[in-house]
Amino acid sequence: MALKLAQSEFEIERDSQKCISCQVCVRQCSNDVHEYDSDEDIIYSDNDKCVGCHRCENLCPTGAIKIKEKEAEFKKNYNWTSSHLRNIYKQADSGGIILTGMGCDKPYPVYWDHILFNAAQVTNPSIDPLREPMEIKTFIGRKPDKLNMEISKDKNGNTKIKLKTKIPPQLELSTPIMFSAMSYGSISFNACMSLAAAASKFGTFYNTGEGGLHEDLYGFVNNTIVQVASGRFGVDKNYLNKAAAVEIKIGQGAKPGIGGHLPGEKVTRDVSRTRMIPKGTDALSPAPHHDIYSIEDLSQLIYALKEATDYKKPVGVKISAVHNVAPIASGIVRAGADFITIDGFRGGTGAAPLVIRDNVGIPIELALASVDRRLREEGIRHKVSIIVAGSIRSSSDVIKAIALGADAAYIGTAALVAMGCHLCQKCYTGKCNWGIATQDPYLTKRLNPEIGTRRLLNLLHSWSLEIKEMLGGAGINAIESLRGSREHLRGIDLSEKELAILGIKHAGEAW
Amino acid sequence: MNNYKHMETTKNLKESKQHCFSRHRIPSGCAIFGIVNESGKTFNGSMVLDGISMMHERSNGLGGGFAAYGIYPQFKKDWAFHIFYDGSISKSQTEDVLKENFKIIFYEEIPTKNKSFVKDPPNMYRYFLKLKNNFVDSGANKKKIDTDSRIDKDIIKEKEEDFIVDLVMKVNSNIKGAYIISSGKNMGIFKGIGYPEDIGQFYKIDDYSAYLWTSHGRFPTNSVGWWGGAHPFGLLNWSVVHNGEISSYGANKRFVDGFGYECTLSTDTEVVTYLFDLLVRKQKIDLSIIHLILASPLWEEIKKMPEDKREILKAFRILYSGALMNGPFSIIAANSDFMYALNDRIKLRPMVAAKKGNFLFVSSEEAAIRKVCSSPDILWHPRGGEPVIGVVNKQNIKNK
Repeated sequence: MALKLAQSEFEIERDSQKCISCQVCVRQCSNDVHEYDSDEDIIYSDNDKCVGCHRCENLCPTGAIKIKEKEAEFKKNYNWTSSHLRNIYKQADSGGIILTGMGCDKPYPVYWDHILFNAAQVTNPSIDPLREPMEIKTFIGRKPDKLNMEISKDKNGNTKIKLKTKIPPQLELSTPIMFSAMSYGSISFNACMSLAAAASKFGTFYNTGEGGLHEDLYGFVNNTIVQVASGRFGVDKNYLNKAAAVEIKIGQGAKPGIGGHLPGEKVTRDVSRTRMIPKGTDALSPAPHHDIYSIEDLSQLIYALKEATDYKKPVGVKISAVHNVAPIASGIVRAGADFITIDGFRGGTGAAPLVIRDNVGIPIELALASVDRRLREEGIRHKVSIIVAGSIRSSSDVIKAIALGADAAYIGTAALVAMGCHLCQKCYTGKCNWGIATQDPYLTKRLNPEIGTRRLLNLLHSWSLEIKEMLGGAGINAIESLRGSREHLRGIDLSEKELAILGIKHAGEAW
Repeated sequence: MNNYKHMETTKNLKESKQHCFSRHRIPSGCAIFGIVNESGKTFNGSMVLDGISMMHERSNGLGGGFAAYGIYPQFKKDWAFHIFYDGSISKSQTEDVLKENFKIIFYEEIPTKNKSFVKDPPNMYRYFLKLKNNFVDSGANKKKIDTDSRIDKDIIKEKEEDFIVDLVMKVNSNIKGAYIISSGKNMGIFKGIGYPEDIGQFYKIDDYSAYLWTSHGRFPTNSVGWWGGAHPFGLLNWSVVHNGEISSYGANKRFVDGFGYECTLSTDTEVVTYLFDLLVRKQKIDLSIIHLILASPLWEEIKKMPEDKREILKAFRILYSGALMNGPFSIIAANSDFMYALNDRIKLRPMVAAKKGNFLFVSSEEAAIRKVCSSPDILWHPRGGEPVIGVVNKQNIKNK
């Protein structure tokens, strides 16, 4: 094993004039990149170990450190890129599957960046959200076809309305943004706590992922969506009832068709209690649910969960965006789901095989457009809510998604970034220097849940403001009037086929 | 619907004027004016003509029109179709469809004044039609229907209306150069390219007597006009005139689409008409609460309401979010029973209402009302989202 073919991806530049050998970098790096030599009073850095998380650079008090992407050390080749070579060297070394974290980073088209939003001029006044009410309240849940009601007049001649249709349970969101499923285990308790507290303070929801629900988060029951995944970790009646909604996870955008693996090292005492599995054992989620081998099985699970929660909570289904996503979604509506979550191929993960993450699934924009169209053609779109996930990077992605037909968006990576994540994609190592994707107490304490909460609240607040600005600019004062209104979108630099799938016109075409 | 088989061939030919305008939404500013006599007493069209003429400034000569209710008492049980034709082929194709489905009681060219009044009018005819009896018996609807029972009468009425809607939509989208502009009973729509006062004179509006009149002057942002594209928009007994731009158009279109309404004209007025048809005729939601759906109160107002009311409004917004109309608008929707006027919920378009005895007036500007009724009993500016409803006492009409 003396032969080392793979070379480092990063280069650490240390300005010796500025470095005061305070050893902050040494203590901060969980990858042991920096080492202090007390004889020489000098710090050495090992480029090979660096993951590019920029923690040391950020915390260096004198600004002595710079982490740079290393110039390609291989002979330039557009076909055999350095990442291909590096991966082959690693696999030849190890014989294993290459793991990675976070979403696909390959240069596939990002359709959000090829869609432009509309604004009102003259014939339709734009509305100033600072002066006029701007409504972005959103409801997630199943909707009946019509309301039956009884109308009567009281003795004063006032109209009295009595509803005879019972509205199925709904989640009420103050903004069409929720925090996506991230399990306790894949991320730290402090990160979970920050998400839960921020969702609760802002009037939206966070999702436990498949890691069970830590007792200390029971207080956020009204803002919690619990997940039931193939591993069934932490699932019991109490778990289901400590939530406002239940989401059955069939697939995840980063790794459609495959299960999950939380290494035993991350299964600490607390994680083991929460997941209801022995401490230190690997938590393996099977690829399929072993009780779901077809759509009718899914329907049974949906109704089993509805029974268990007394039909008081919406039960949804999360699927990853795959080629056949539209008919699958249609089946899920008919199976009785109250909402469908579609996770695009760029969606994040704590750990996934690189080959799957980078090559399986389709973009969320196309998946959303075709699911929405399919459900409308079948006359069942109004029955369910659609939540999109899988790389929603900004408020403009949210508003474009809503105009394409989504009811709300889940954000995962964006929330982690708000808490300090630098997308080094090494979540699966459990060594997250930002204290997010780790269970090491030395690292987790770096994320103060109060600060995490505040930063997440700020993110929700600023995105909501931006959404209101864009809505007002388009002359709309309620988000429901934008939902599925593709007339407000135009494509740029897209083919006829892409425009047809997205159901939008090209920029420059009027109504 | 094998009735339409022969139309499939013409479908591909369908484009020309109608098609090219129908695919584009054209925002427009406008004048609207409506008068109803709630006792059902009919009055001459000169009054509405006088009123709308006052708002000349609000139109630009690219569209004007009138809807009148109670004008065909001699045919009050028959479907009255007003149809525009570009040429004789479209006329014979359409008449084939009519003959196949209806007994034509009477038809004639719509009487007009000297054509020099207006530019390029199409050929226009009106037909008074009785549906052939067999339409309910066809295909899947073969279920035995007891024609005496009250419930079945309602079912038959609704089926008949659905059939008319279907037929009108198919003729309008499949027969090139033919366009049914109104399809109700004892009512009619008169419209075209020009200022409303010219259109009114062209059609000799003052020769008709109606108990309910609405009118429209158009200021579109395009320069070419198509006679069928003028307002009011009509379907069954519905007529809608509208000033503004519905910025929720896409969401509303999706909503009605889910219930089988195909928006072929891409106009705001069309989608508004379908919303009314769906909520009032099909879902039978009481007229007095429709505004809570179409122009729902803001959440911050709902928050302050007593709990029972709050829950109901919340339910409306959850279920009928696609029916919420957003953006600036004032509309007058009418059918043979009532006139219904509504502003958007933050009142981005003008609308004034007034009452004098049995007369109810709604107008874009007060001047139009004052012109025809100098001293109303009351005159008010309805708040955003607050409907003005004039219900016609049908008893009086029947007794006449």
